[in-house]
Amino acid sequence: MIIYHPILGPRDAQEFVYLGDAGLIDRPDGMTAGVKAFHDYLYNRDNPAGEHRELWYHEQGDRSWLVVTRDTVTHEITKVELARDVARARGRAK
Amino acid sequence: MASLIAMTALGAREPAIITRGPLTITERFDVALASVAARKGRMADVAKAAEKAGIPLPGPAAHQQGTAYSAFWTASEMWFVEAPFATHELIADLLKSALGDAASITEQTDAWVVFDLAASDLARVLERLCSVDFSSVPAGYATRTVLEHLGVYLIKHGPGAARVYGPRSSAESLLHALETAARSVF
Repeated sequence: MIIYHPILGPRDAQEFVYLGDAGLIDRPDGMTAGVKAFHDYLYNRDNPAGEHRELWYHEQGDRSWLVVTRDTVTHEITKVELARDVARARGRAK
Repeated sequence: MASLIAMTALGAREPAIITRGPLTITERFDVALASVAARKGRMADVAKAAEKAGIPLPGPAAHQQGTAYSAFWTASEMWFVEAPFATHELIADLLKSALGDAASITEQTDAWVVFDLAASDLARVLERLCSVDFSSVPAGYATRTVLEHLGVYLIKHGPGAARVYGPRSSAESLLHALETAARSVF
């Protein structure tokens, strides 16, 4: 599988480490969001047969975190973004 | 004051030069190295100060030669800067005074083993070792890649010239991998 890195172009998937659902970016505030929201964030994941947004780490490259939109049935990758840009677009400071 | 004996990454007093057929592997003991990472929101300051100090800051996946300092891109807004060890032994301090508080600088000289590879066609060796398509990438290409399970930086200076930065503690394993690949090619 080839991942089209937004900065470095096509790279072999072997250079990356898979983390999981990109929803991990949206961590609720553990002090105010309540136990249920935090429990969902920590333990519950959707397991879609189809489009899935997931976090990949370019460990053997530039160490960037990517948000990869991948079809879990066909493995077709439709979008690759820097996780940094995704987080900033959601109003995160870092 | 203790009198310490400088040793190379391979544990010798003098850097190694190994020849396998047309391939020459030269261990470089004369390169000072430091990483430069722009602090958050300070990229413009870093670029300005670097230009003034003659420190090249090349774009992604590239190496740029300068007069004293050369540099290659390692991550977004981060570079490894090289300089001659004889004149720039304290490279981290020199960069710190040039770039001030706009960048975070880490001394890297003794964390790496440096091998310069020279042969008429290095692609035949490197295609056995890593996933970089050495013959198709341009001269001045620099990337991090995996070579014999080791994370290394590979810089292409030309079709027959490349430099490998590997983890110093795995210097012998890296050299062994290069020699083994060379033996099966040539």
